[in-house]
Amino acid sequence: MEGKNKQNQRKRPLTGSFRADGEPLDLVEYEKAGGYEALRKALKSMAPKDVQEEVKASNLRGRGGAGFPTGQKWSFVPTGEDAPRPRYVVANADEMEPGTFKDRILMENSPHMLIEGMALAAYAIGAEHAYIFLRGEYVRSARALEMALAQARQKNYLGQNVLGSDFFSLEMHIHMSAGRYMCGEETGLLNSLEGKRAMPRTKPPYPQVSGFMGKPTVVNNVETLCNVPHIIRNGAAWFKSLSLGQDGGTKIYGASGRVKRPGAWELPLGTTIREILEGHAGGMRDGYRFRGLMPGGASTEFLVEEHLDLPMDFDSLQKAGSRMGTGTMIIMDDRTCPVGMQISLQSFFARESCGWCTPCREGLPWIVHTLNAIEDGQGEMEDIDLLLEQARLLAPGHTFCALAPGAAEPLLSGVRYFREDFERHVREKRCPWGEG
Amino acid sequence: MLNEQEMAEVEKELAHCENRKTGCIGALKAVQRHRGWISDECLKDMALYLEMTPDELDDVATFYSSIYRRPVGRHVISICDSVSCYTVGYRELLRHISERLQIGPGQTTGDGRFTLLPAACLGVCEKAPAIMIDEDVHGGLEPPGKVDEILDRYK
Repeated sequence: MEGKNKQNQRKRPLTGSFRADGEPLDLVEYEKAGGYEALRKALKSMAPKDVQEEVKASNLRGRGGAGFPTGQKWSFVPTGEDAPRPRYVVANADEMEPGTFKDRILMENSPHMLIEGMALAAYAIGAEHAYIFLRGEYVRSARALEMALAQARQKNYLGQNVLGSDFFSLEMHIHMSAGRYMCGEETGLLNSLEGKRAMPRTKPPYPQVSGFMGKPTVVNNVETLCNVPHIIRNGAAWFKSLSLGQDGGTKIYGASGRVKRPGAWELPLGTTIREILEGHAGGMRDGYRFRGLMPGGASTEFLVEEHLDLPMDFDSLQKAGSRMGTGTMIIMDDRTCPVGMQISLQSFFARESCGWCTPCREGLPWIVHTLNAIEDGQGEMEDIDLLLEQARLLAPGHTFCALAPGAAEPLLSGVRYFREDFERHVREKRCPWGEG
Repeated sequence: MLNEQEMAEVEKELAHCENRKTGCIGALKAVQRHRGWISDECLKDMALYLEMTPDELDDVATFYSSIYRRPVGRHVISICDSVSCYTVGYRELLRHISERLQIGPGQTTGDGRFTLLPAACLGVCEKAPAIMIDEDVHGGLEPPGKVDEILDRYK
């Protein structure tokens, strides 16, 4: 049994040690599963630069949606004697991308893993403060993390002179957010952490140079950080071997919608969409037919039947005109009206727009009005092209941050793949699904 | 005026903050836990306490969706209307709750027991459709009648 557990933990490093009852691993259990060995190893035998290099060599790419190489992100932080201090590490735990629930699972089940990952990131960039930016609804995650933080402080994995070292101290705190999608955008997050509205900031300067309170700051997603202890403990080569493609590691994939078994599973990065959808989610529920999916949250482009054999990795999905995003897919079935679903998506983005830039603030409500007209049977054929024109005006380069381009992705692809359904609304002057 | 307990909880929120202003979101949430919502008077008192102008604090208070600048009922029901719940019974659930409580989104029941608010994805999409009542998440509410017994628990 012990041997099998070990094997499981090597194949599924993020979730293999979870308790069966869904309660969070406490410190003793986490240590028994190899927890904090990586932090010990790093402080004993690795320079901060070595930790950065190992993460770079592992090909770990950010799991929050953008897929930026993590080691490279860290390397932009200025180091050296006269580099600015203090520096900060922030875990982006504001999981608000619709359809996404993977970070919650990690924090609820293994809070120490996030803490150890953050401690290693802090060591790698020379940070002395760390914040977990947690969405307010994640009350169970907050409880698990509070317990783990207290235990970690007591055992000196955090605090002054971590593990007796005379060169590394780290304070870590939780910031409970008050709810706004914009907080997930890393510069919006930093403004929110400073007690302001979560408006995006101009880039450059990037947070690594001028972030929280104007000091060097690294913001990483929860799943990204949770991978770090395993990379340091088992090495970059091992981490790369977990994946089926070029990028390293496993991925927590998920599926929601009318599938038989909605849920999340840690699988090799590059597992095909079909294996996740049919093998793990059990395929469609009886009486429902598959029509399409958004591979990684509400801001990723729809994919359809012909894409099902694609590997779920960053490059394959980009080539297919979509993005892996958060890797938690939303399934569209044949009994859901594609226009109605689009209204749900665009209403979300319109409501969550911070209002800072005009195309997003004015364009998204306009899109919602147009969609509502089509859904209510009052649309005209030109309205469909008007939607495409609006989406074009929200593309990257037209707006201040990625929120509106993220809204345009499901709109453009939704019209592309389901145009006939939009046209039927106009021709029949009603919603063929009986909605609206 | 903030009472002693409120002040103590605000100070706890501010303890690890860079300055009083950076802690204002946590402070608003702490006071709201006692009062249910943030009134104009409360906002002015808090601004003074946090060394901010009332406008500065209102700028923040009106931005975040779980800070309430209008009165709410004893319990707040946040119903997820995002895409995963939308495809799995959100509309039926909203209709059911609205009919049962005789309120639509943004409204409070006559007896002040519930306020119903639309919410962005609650992050429990594997248990769609889902709602949150105060700090408790309830998922898998299909058929929507399942919610009746849950609502009964909140007095």
